Amino acid sequence: MEVISFVALAAGLIIGLGAVGACIGIGIMGSKYLEAAARQPELMNELQTKMFLLAGLIDAAFIIGTGIALWFATANPFLAQIANLPK
Amino acid sequence: MAAEHGPTAGEYIVHHLTHLQNQKPKSVMDFSVFNYDSIFWSITLGVVGCWLLWLAARKATSGVPGRFQAAVEVLVDMVDTQAKGIVHNAESRKLVAPLALTVFVWILLLNAMDLLPVDLLPVIFEKAYAIAGHDPHHAYMRVVPTADLSVTMGLSLGVLLVCLFYNVKIKGLGGWIHELFTAPFGSHPVLWPFNFLMQIIEFVAKTVSHGMRLFGNMYAGELIFMLITLMGGAWSLSATGIALAVGHIIAGSAWAIFHILIITLQAFVFMMLTLVYIGQAHDAH
Repeated sequence: MEVISFVALAAGLIIGLGAVGACIGIGIMGSKYLEAAARQPELMNELQTKMFLLAGLIDAAFIIGTGIALWFATANPFLAQIANLPK
Repeated sequence: MAAEHGPTAGEYIVHHLTHLQNQKPKSVMDFSVFNYDSIFWSITLGVVGCWLLWLAARKATSGVPGRFQAAVEVLVDMVDTQAKGIVHNAESRKLVAPLALTVFVWILLLNAMDLLPVDLLPVIFEKAYAIAGHDPHHAYMRVVPTADLSVTMGLSLGVLLVCLFYNVKIKGLGGWIHELFTAPFGSHPVLWPFNFLMQIIEFVAKTVSHGMRLFGNMYAGELIFMLITLMGGAWSLSATGIALAVGHIIAGSAWAIFHILIITLQAFVFMMLTLVYIGQAHDAH
């Protein structure tokens, strides 16, 4: 039972902390893009392409973490290890 | 027939997350396991993608194009612009630009399988499985190949192999090995182990992150679709039940619309990183 409660806490922390990092990162990048678009509107479209690319990269670690956390939350590999322990 | 209960929420999700496999994996990394559903859907969608582009290519006119040809031209033009901006070697672009187009179209189609209703293809498969005489409880079918780590890591390993090929082709085997040991810190023999370690870490980190980014996005998206489906499955003629049903439709629509952005973006990011990594193989440090 302890393993299950720790895994639930871990899944929550992984998703939450990852979200903090990703959101702050996207916020900083988005604000820089808006400043640049305001200074040089003719570069807006080109920079928008690059901005979406960067958004995909910034979200990467967070979503990898979310994938792992959801995997632990549903098909928990630690339970299989406990079941295989010698009695 | 013995009385059966419907699946619980946990059982439903675990059923939908199980692959159609030849055997159960004995550890986290088990190379004797084959996911037949991922293999089938990736090959099918690859053929469909090739067929669609072929349809546009065989009737391509240099006069006024039709709508379909114009759409394909927009796509090819976009990929070509990106390739020209990143890979500066025109000879390499003859392979790399079509490779980038293939990667983009294929991954977009594979990701788009996530937009189908969660139970549609699995239930059809289950019925077919039962008619063929097998036990329908073991009729697993996962329809999104890019939500399978094997498929995404396979794609990124393919990109790594193309990078290694171009490293050797552009710099020569001796030149590349020299670069492995002398970049990025310097050519003094004391630094050789650190240079080599950094280069290996760089290759491994790029490949792993390339594959896992796509996997994480698609796996999380698929799981959220399943959770929304559970909301819909829990409806009943009570206040909570009706609220869940209405919430299911709203949440499902919102998430599906957002997911359309995500699947296109992830295919685009994968393609751009393919171009960037192959372009890096052309640069000398």
